[in-house]
Amino acid sequence: MRIQNAWRTASRVLTQIAHDPRTLGLLLLVPSLLVGLMAWIFSDTPFFDQFGPAVLALFPFTVMFLVTSITTLRERRSGTLERLLTMPISKFEFTLGYALAFSFLAILQSAIAVGFAVWVCGLDTKGSIWLLLWVALADAVLGTTLGLLASAFANSEFQVAQFVPALVFPQILLGGVFLPRDTMPDVLHAISDWLPLSHVIDALNAIAKDTEDANYIGMKILIILAFAVGAVILGSATLRRRTN
Amino acid sequence: MVNSVISAKDLRVIRGKHEILHGLNFDVTEGSVVGLLGPSGSGKSTLMRSIVGVQRHVHGEINVLGEPAGSKSLRLKLGYVSQSPSVYEDLTVIQNLKYFASIMRVPRNDATRVLKVTGLESQARQLVSTLSGGQLNRTSLAIALLGKPALLVLDEPTVGLDPVLRADLWTLFRQLAAEGTTLLVSSHVMDEASRCDRLLLLRNGLILADETPAGLLKRTGATDPDDAFLRLIRNEPDFDEQTSDSKRVA
Repeated sequence: MRIQNAWRTASRVLTQIAHDPRTLGLLLLVPSLLVGLMAWIFSDTPFFDQFGPAVLALFPFTVMFLVTSITTLRERRSGTLERLLTMPISKFEFTLGYALAFSFLAILQSAIAVGFAVWVCGLDTKGSIWLLLWVALADAVLGTTLGLLASAFANSEFQVAQFVPALVFPQILLGGVFLPRDTMPDVLHAISDWLPLSHVIDALNAIAKDTEDANYIGMKILIILAFAVGAVILGSATLRRRTN
Repeated sequence: MVNSVISAKDLRVIRGKHEILHGLNFDVTEGSVVGLLGPSGSGKSTLMRSIVGVQRHVHGEINVLGEPAGSKSLRLKLGYVSQSPSVYEDLTVIQNLKYFASIMRVPRNDATRVLKVTGLESQARQLVSTLSGGQLNRTSLAIALLGKPALLVLDEPTVGLDPVLRADLWTLFRQLAAEGTTLLVSSHVMDEASRCDRLLLLRNGLILADETPAGLLKRTGATDPDDAFLRLIRNEPDFDEQTSDSKRVA
């Protein structure tokens, strides 16, 4: 493997985004604005401290999922991917390049959102803010890599947009934001164990209430990253050098 | 000795339930400019995609530079321009070239060389989305020229270009061939045929003629390639049902 190919692809993707300041602005600021809105809505209640961490996961996750899948889809459809695949770059190097570029943006975005939530909106978790940051970062990377994988199964931007209600919303519903997972019907609880977002929300709820130790959170971060790595590998396996 | 750069034996391509190419046999020799001509839908792009190794369901034998089409080792040796310009619109011309140069493992100053060859020096720092159609085509071509590949497969590189630009590109193609590059150039403009060393006329997935431009005129008794193509089609048994199609070519 030539890791340089992945780095060059990542820097090319970032250069492309740098030429589009509006996208970059939306990408980095929208989750923070949503967190701010939520803090304002719940300003005289304890709910922001309680649900804030989980929401901090949902907004970046959804935004990164959508942005990554559409960008990757555009490359798949524009003919540049076909051209690249006649050149000496492997499918994995290509996918990894995309994952690196968008993970970088995801990390920036999440760091801004967490900082904004804590220092501007006054989010006060019972558990560690630093653990919260780590989980949020892993979660945004997860959104990126799942978007990368999802783009393989879409033929148009319309389809990708439909993947948000089809693939993201069920994970939010089953993830335990509204109702703790262990109070759900057994079948749903079992399914939710296998959904990556559940582990994110588990970790964030634990931080909000400080019910678990750092080992538990670390374990959850590892699970989240394992899903992310799996998505990159599966995503590159879905690429075809030869197409019809 | 003249080497065979592309060699096809009973090449068939099947898409879904339809066979697109019906057992093609041909050879392309080193340093020549071969024109692949035919109406749209005749299978030109499918044939080119088979040669560069991005086409699925290819049967029969197709060798490029002595290796099966699509082999890993060929990825540094051929340049391909697909029908739609495959360029990143949200990068500048030079950023596109530098990225592809790094993937092709050629020195970065090769980007400046191909920029000069395609006459795009003054557009180097321009965003691709702001280029004219002709400049966009040439950017796509410039990428294919990176690293001086032994074989260039160009799918309709002159489509939509004005006559001056088209003449310039053909001068470039002749110059590349003189330096030893082999070119396979598709077109549906018959007047480009006379600029090729050899012509492959493709129609409905079959090779209608494989000759030099002069030989083709002589065989058909036509005065120009357009006329020659029509005469060849009229000799086909299924001419009647395809008439409207062939008129569109003319």
